[in-house]
Amino acid sequence: MAYLELNNIYKAYGQGGNETEVLSNINLSIEEGEFVAIVGFTGSGKTTLVNLINGLIEPTKGEVLFKGEPVQGTSHERGVIFQNYSLLPWLTVGQNVFMAVKEAFPKKSKADLNAIVANYVEMVSLTPAINKRPKELSGGMRQRVAVARALAMKPEMIIMDEPLGALDALTRGNLQDEILNIWGKDKRTALLITNDVDEGIYMADRIIPLRPGPNATLGPEFKIDLERPRDKTEMNDNPNFKKTRNAIIEYLMDIGNERKSEVSKSYILPDLTPKDFVNRFK
Amino acid sequence: MKQSLTLGKVANFIGLGFLGSLKDLFTGNLNKEEFKSFLRKTLVPLLSILLFIGLWHLGAKSLYNIEANFKIEKALNDQGPEAAEALKACIEAGTSSCQPNTLPSPSQVWDSYKSLLRDHNIIAADKASFIEKTAALNEKRLAAGKDAITYTGRPSFVDQIFRSLKTVFAGFLLALFIAVPLGIFIGLSPTLKSSFNWFIQIFKPVSPVVWYLLVFMIVKTLLIDSNEDSSFTISFISVGFCSMWATLVNTAMGVSSVDKDYINVAKVLKLGNFQKIFKVVLPSSLPLIFTGLKITLSVAWMVLIAIELLAQSPGLGLFVWEEFQNGANDSNAKIIVAMFVIGIIGFLLDRLMLTIQNWVSFDKTDAI
Repeated sequence: MAYLELNNIYKAYGQGGNETEVLSNINLSIEEGEFVAIVGFTGSGKTTLVNLINGLIEPTKGEVLFKGEPVQGTSHERGVIFQNYSLLPWLTVGQNVFMAVKEAFPKKSKADLNAIVANYVEMVSLTPAINKRPKELSGGMRQRVAVARALAMKPEMIIMDEPLGALDALTRGNLQDEILNIWGKDKRTALLITNDVDEGIYMADRIIPLRPGPNATLGPEFKIDLERPRDKTEMNDNPNFKKTRNAIIEYLMDIGNERKSEVSKSYILPDLTPKDFVNRFK
Repeated sequence: MKQSLTLGKVANFIGLGFLGSLKDLFTGNLNKEEFKSFLRKTLVPLLSILLFIGLWHLGAKSLYNIEANFKIEKALNDQGPEAAEALKACIEAGTSSCQPNTLPSPSQVWDSYKSLLRDHNIIAADKASFIEKTAALNEKRLAAGKDAITYTGRPSFVDQIFRSLKTVFAGFLLALFIAVPLGIFIGLSPTLKSSFNWFIQIFKPVSPVVWYLLVFMIVKTLLIDSNEDSSFTISFISVGFCSMWATLVNTAMGVSSVDKDYINVAKVLKLGNFQKIFKVVLPSSLPLIFTGLKITLSVAWMVLIAIELLAQSPGLGLFVWEEFQNGANDSNAKIIVAMFVIGIIGFLLDRLMLTIQNWVSFDKTDAI
């Protein structure tokens, strides 16, 4: 039995005639300790998929099983890192993390909780900024706080919804390493949603493309057989990497073109010619 | 890192930014751009104030002439040329009994302002000596279980201002304690929202005068056994009811429109209801709540004058009404003094709220 299972998920917003289908026929299973990346175009329903897994929304049809139990609402077992950080701007870095830790471990003493907070803030190397508010931090620092907040709750699975999407390339690379580092320490199950194929290949064990919506569904999976820890520069020369990368990009390009050709359906136009105004009045 | 608190920063914070540049002007560290902005911020308002006073002076003068000519004409028609001449001489001599009753000029208003201050000093001195004289007696009376003798003389203009401020703050606090909790409940529950919506829509536009009458009907009956003067109670409750709507509506809106990201965070962290309200919903709606409170305070100050006038509760409103009824020579000028005092205090109250708002709420534009 897989750790996380999605069986025949169908999700639509609205009801009756206004129903817009977002996801359909989604089947996915993730094993314990695995790092899976889902790659897709923007607007293909990635965030909806994440919210289904973390329990913020429910599927219209089908079921999400976590450790064999259907997912009902959110749970501290599944930590979430949101796309837009979602830090509370009126709390400091420490307070943002503390709030999460306190909810996750309600029985621990305040000193213990503070120690956990300090530990995780240190892990994302933000100790000097622990008393700052999010607006005083750069985008990368904010996302690191969000990472610390999610991890400090000691979730069994980490769900990341385009966590690095809004960051510049340099910060992005650094944070990728940091996340991999933290993941490597205790090999928690991780699900990464991204629109960057290279990021997926660098970080994940498996890549699954999400075919764009409406009616988004998962494509065939690609295994990434690269040794960990991976090195970005070496990876570029690895024939295995090149092959996988090309295969994924080709697949994504194909479905992109498919979508375009669907749109450029030919319409039957009435056979009309404009009136000849020039010669008419001669 | 500790930031030093400079005059400029404090001035900017409370919205009086030009004070900072005024200081720079004297210390001489202004460049050309800053000097220009100093001119725009300080000199231009100053000039427009002078222009306003000039126009007022001219307007008052021409109104004075119209009134004087009409009076003389009337005397000529009714009582003949001799009476008209006498009246003309009387007006020119500046005798107070025959002055035209019209819009006072800026200088008259300034004189009245000074006379009101003098009056206040006299009354304050009188009050102080009264307290001194009765101190020993009062001690005995208190020891014997009787009430102390209090000063019952006429309140001065400054006393009236403080009475008004007291009423407005009592009303504001009442509005705060009713509207903020109610707004939170309405914002959280769609059921409450639809059950209160008609109530808010109907009572929001009701005039202060009608609120006063309504409160009067209720409080009069509730305090039927009491011998105390209920005018203060009635006026502050009316002020509270008139002004609470902005806070109520804004709080409800702020609470019901919390950013979805924050709500998702609360859900993912599995915050309890209490935690969710106090840690997420309330802080994120504070800016809107404070906008509401700011409007409430300015509305409270605005309706206060009308309500004091109706309730005969001591304060600026009653002062204006009494001066109008009084019809003395300088009554009109005193009314204008009161008008300026009301305006300036209203402005200061607004700035006070803005300062508190800046203090407690995070910057929404920098959020996320």
